[in-house]
Amino acid sequence: MVKVLILVGYGINCDYETEHAFRLANAETERVHVNELITREKNLENYDIMAIPGGFSFGDDLSAGKVLANKMKTNLHDEVMEFVKSGKLIIGVCNGFQVLVKYPLLPSMEKQEATLTFNDCGRFLDRWVYLRINEKSRCIWTRGITQLYLPIRHGEGKFVVKDENVRKKLHDEGLIALQYCDKQGNITDEFPWNPNGSIDSIAGICDKTGRIFGLMPHPEGYLYKTNHPRWTRGESEKGEGLKIFRNAVEYAEENLV
Amino acid sequence: MVRRIEVKFKPEFRDARAEYVKRKVKEYLGIDVDVERIDVYTIDINLNDEQFNRIKEGLFYDPVTQIASFEPIEGVFDYLLEIGFLPGVKDTEGETAADAIADLLGIRIKEGEGVYTSTQYRLSGDIKKEDVEDIAKNLLANELIEHWRIIDFNDWKANGISAIVPKVELKHKPRVEEIDLNVSDEELIQLSNKRSLALSLADMKTIQAYFGREDVINERKRVGLGEKITDVELEAIAQTQSEHCKHRIFNGIIHYRDGEKNETIDSLFKTYIKGSTEKIAEEKDWIVSMFWDNAGVAKLNEEWNYIVKCETHNSPSALDPYGGAMTGIVGVYRDPMGTGKGSKIVAGTYGFCTGSPFYDGELLPRMHPKRLLDGIVEGVRDGGNKSGIPTVYGRVFFDDGFIGKPLVYVSAIGIAPSEINGEPSHEKGIEPNDLIVMCGGRVGKDGLHGVTESSLEHGAWITAGHVQIGDPFTQKKVHDFLLEARDLGLYRCITDCGGGGLSSAIGETARFSNGCEIHLDKVPLKYAGLDPWEILLSESQERMVLAVDPNKINRLKELAKKHDVEVSVIGKYTNSGKFHVLYEGKTVAYLNMEFLHGGFPRLILEAEWNAPEYEEPSIDESNHNKILKSMLSRINIASKEWIQRQYDHEVQGGSVIKPYIGIKDDVCGDAAVIKPILDRKEGLAIAAGINPKYSQIDAYYMAACALDEAIRRVLAVGANLNHIALNDNFCWPNSIYDEKKNPDGKHKLAQLVRANKALYEYTTYFKTPCISGKDSMFIDGNIKTKQGTVKKISGLPTLQFTAVAKVDDVEKCVTMDVKHAGDLVYIIGETMDELGASELYEMFGEIGKNVPKVNKEVALRIYQTVEKAIKEGVIESCHGCYRGGLAIALAEKAFAGGFGMEIHLSKVPSNLVEDYKILYSETPSRFVVTVKPENIEKFEEMCKNVVFSRIGRVREDTQFIVYGLDGNKIINADINELEEAWKSTFKNF
Repeated sequence: MVKVLILVGYGINCDYETEHAFRLANAETERVHVNELITREKNLENYDIMAIPGGFSFGDDLSAGKVLANKMKTNLHDEVMEFVKSGKLIIGVCNGFQVLVKYPLLPSMEKQEATLTFNDCGRFLDRWVYLRINEKSRCIWTRGITQLYLPIRHGEGKFVVKDENVRKKLHDEGLIALQYCDKQGNITDEFPWNPNGSIDSIAGICDKTGRIFGLMPHPEGYLYKTNHPRWTRGESEKGEGLKIFRNAVEYAEENLV
Repeated sequence: MVRRIEVKFKPEFRDARAEYVKRKVKEYLGIDVDVERIDVYTIDINLNDEQFNRIKEGLFYDPVTQIASFEPIEGVFDYLLEIGFLPGVKDTEGETAADAIADLLGIRIKEGEGVYTSTQYRLSGDIKKEDVEDIAKNLLANELIEHWRIIDFNDWKANGISAIVPKVELKHKPRVEEIDLNVSDEELIQLSNKRSLALSLADMKTIQAYFGREDVINERKRVGLGEKITDVELEAIAQTQSEHCKHRIFNGIIHYRDGEKNETIDSLFKTYIKGSTEKIAEEKDWIVSMFWDNAGVAKLNEEWNYIVKCETHNSPSALDPYGGAMTGIVGVYRDPMGTGKGSKIVAGTYGFCTGSPFYDGELLPRMHPKRLLDGIVEGVRDGGNKSGIPTVYGRVFFDDGFIGKPLVYVSAIGIAPSEINGEPSHEKGIEPNDLIVMCGGRVGKDGLHGVTESSLEHGAWITAGHVQIGDPFTQKKVHDFLLEARDLGLYRCITDCGGGGLSSAIGETARFSNGCEIHLDKVPLKYAGLDPWEILLSESQERMVLAVDPNKINRLKELAKKHDVEVSVIGKYTNSGKFHVLYEGKTVAYLNMEFLHGGFPRLILEAEWNAPEYEEPSIDESNHNKILKSMLSRINIASKEWIQRQYDHEVQGGSVIKPYIGIKDDVCGDAAVIKPILDRKEGLAIAAGINPKYSQIDAYYMAACALDEAIRRVLAVGANLNHIALNDNFCWPNSIYDEKKNPDGKHKLAQLVRANKALYEYTTYFKTPCISGKDSMFIDGNIKTKQGTVKKISGLPTLQFTAVAKVDDVEKCVTMDVKHAGDLVYIIGETMDELGASELYEMFGEIGKNVPKVNKEVALRIYQTVEKAIKEGVIESCHGCYRGGLAIALAEKAFAGGFGMEIHLSKVPSNLVEDYKILYSETPSRFVVTVKPENIEKFEEMCKNVVFSRIGRVREDTQFIVYGLDGNKIINADINELEEAWKSTFKNF
């Protein structure tokens, strides 16, 4: 069975539903505290997928995800590199995505090329957004999906890049996994469709292998029909966020187990 | 060496937080100014240059968007405003930064070292120094917790800016004061006042008598104490007897007079609240635990319990709305966390009552209600979001009476398996020799005298020591740690450390074993120099107290290390019958447990009811379109979506009915529903009822209507009528009569009696028990006026009922938005002439006399009907008629669903002859529902026990049309216009 490490501790807070998502996707899950990895009580190499759930690690102090990224990099860098090299998968949702870009594991590992900064409105927002999956993306997690409707819940979700070269690379190399769009599926910069002012309406990206994936919206927030804001109006059949987790587990079953 | 790091956004990136401040400055103060924001970290840690460089590069800025510098960042501006915390004020980001530095460099931060954050605003524009003062004082800083400096550009250019290290350095050497109680009555009173003990002369004399007892003197001698009381003892007693802890008004003896009738009430709490719940509990097997613990416990299903607590955090929020409200929400989570063997928090709610954000009257509160509300909103936001707990529902109610003191209701809902390691999870106990373990935050001077001061009116004399600032990050770590410790069976008892600090937490739990021995020098402090009594009483946040079997302490400590949580053994529980406190090996308090918790005289109070006399007005109803739009934009009706959008209401994955719903997710529903166990179908519906305006006429019906509202709200989404757990939260103005200081005290107390009578009457009839509750008895404030005088402002007597109800199957839930064109609109319940203290009358500057009254027999039949109709799936949408009555309910339903309606007032069951009364009467217990044509027969059959009527239909287009009693069209508006009116009021918030 595919083994998923759900990272917990230090203010991570979407761990239960993220674990639930992977279980529904037929994976075996284990909640592992950051410090259990640091003390080597638990070893990253025993897992196929690492999930860094959403939350407020270290209270978002010194900017969201920064301190956890540093903690992992300072104490676990070799293990993380080995994990990536051995073809395993990583997902970072919301705060987890912020960790991945600040570490950096996304979009590439050399130098930080992108970041997630304060929403243009200057505030935390909880609302649902329409998302279009980039069909040219290498992302394993979004395979076979064309559109999604998911909640965002963040104050620092505006995706920006260091310079035009990075932006070009994201487009050219298929690293953009999903983008905010309107109800009809047209990618747009307009609020509230693009809820935070992200460049090119980018909501999630992957690395060049397609195995490391970070996104601001919460797929684990839509595991059941009743999570949809308008399910009482008959607008939902089932939890659409689950597909993302299924994709990863299926990939791991085929390639890693 | 001390160094400052300044961090600023690169010019090519937008700094949304600076723009936000610019907008606020314009909006609040009308000052046009350009704002640049710089985050400043003052690092007081002994590092070398290389280390300083590494931390700057590694931690303090985002290399993509920001620049950072040890020197002041170049720039051009007119004034610089830098705001930092005062010494001792919780600086969570500074603490995180220090930990992160330690981690990155592999060093240990030494005692006295630290990082301090401040924020610099560089302001440019046509401004003077006074404007910057204004911006600091009236918008960005709070002088009770923050300091600021203003530097003009030339000065900064020439001299730069110095580093300020707000480190607490108390030169004070801790000591224990002994106080002679053998003094005159006058001096006893003076002593109580001087130390803000809020103890009456009778209380002081009780203490005096106890300390004069020979057995007491002898026992104290044996442990090395003299005949005088120590300050530790006096403070502990005052805290234990405080209004906050002992609810002395609710437990007092009240002589109540209503006209000719005289009655003596032996404890409002025992007679009405406990009396009601105990009666109901006889037939509700889902009530698991009530009243004795930190929160009430009820059964969700055979395997799970849920735990509910609603609190208020009013006084601290008046001083520091952000910190106070955050402390409130984060603090209330600790109640279910500390109930039984502990629970996992799955939801929170809020309720805010302040003066109008548009207030422009003669009072000059220290903070304008708008700023106060902003701070409160943001405090609950950060407290909830950072805790990873969804804030699923909330209410806001404005009345200028709350300018004296705002009300901040916060509630928490937890879940726990019904059994843990083979024992019922709601039970707890302590064995003698169990260790007392404190876990979580460290102790400083925070919140000293918070408890006793809530027993007093709010005035200028409250010291800054009162203000605590919550730290959700620390508490989240504690929560994770405790849940794991609970499941491993590592502690026997758990309780939270809140008001009254260790004194209260240990004093209360020591009753299980009948005694304790506390070593105050073992308590980890934020800084040296605290007196023993301060350590005992401090309200520093994020702490829990555990009773731990000595055999398990090592495992507990290991687990704490994993979670990076500080735990300290600070004593042990005993069966000595004594509350025994030591400091550096010497006894500093030695009190009989029974004396500490009892033996004090009860309050004896007078209440006298004289119903106020008002007249019914008549209203000019010539333009109904205009009246409806004006009503929709009234502050107590208009959309407050801006608040809810900032609150994560979905984390943990259990969201079923969101707070804002409808075709555009932007209209507030009747209640929220969550599914706390993700793979089960049971849910919890959560809502609150509150309407203090009716207290202007009669608090009896204020209470009845709030209860009816709370019940209807949860029923409207599909809750189970047989399973509604309530929390009662009384917020009352000073009700203790004093000829000079509180001449209408008897009336206010009579209102309290009446509200309690209503609570009993209706809860026992509906069989909806209050499983927990709280009171806050001094919602008064002394506020300066424009004339320079001081005026006492008392808030309206306010009772909020929070309802948490079981939903058997969440997939059967309904929402209030109309669903399809062609559906039929029904009203259930008769509309009476009940516009007293209504929104309509208030809009016309009137009060009226016909306060809405709940007819319990009628109400119950309606509840049963609606419950059944929803369960059987014959209702498409359901909405209660609340503030603003039928017209508001219908309009909201229409624009939430995106369809117009046509409604015939002649079809509304009522004896009324005026259109405006039918539209805006606030008769309780009514619902408006829509039904599909094919379900009409089934629905109407279900309604045979209640008054109901088909009053119209859902249109295909967006026109909202109402025909008056004479058949003429009196309202004809597009739903988008109505929605616009409803949204316009707080559009810029």
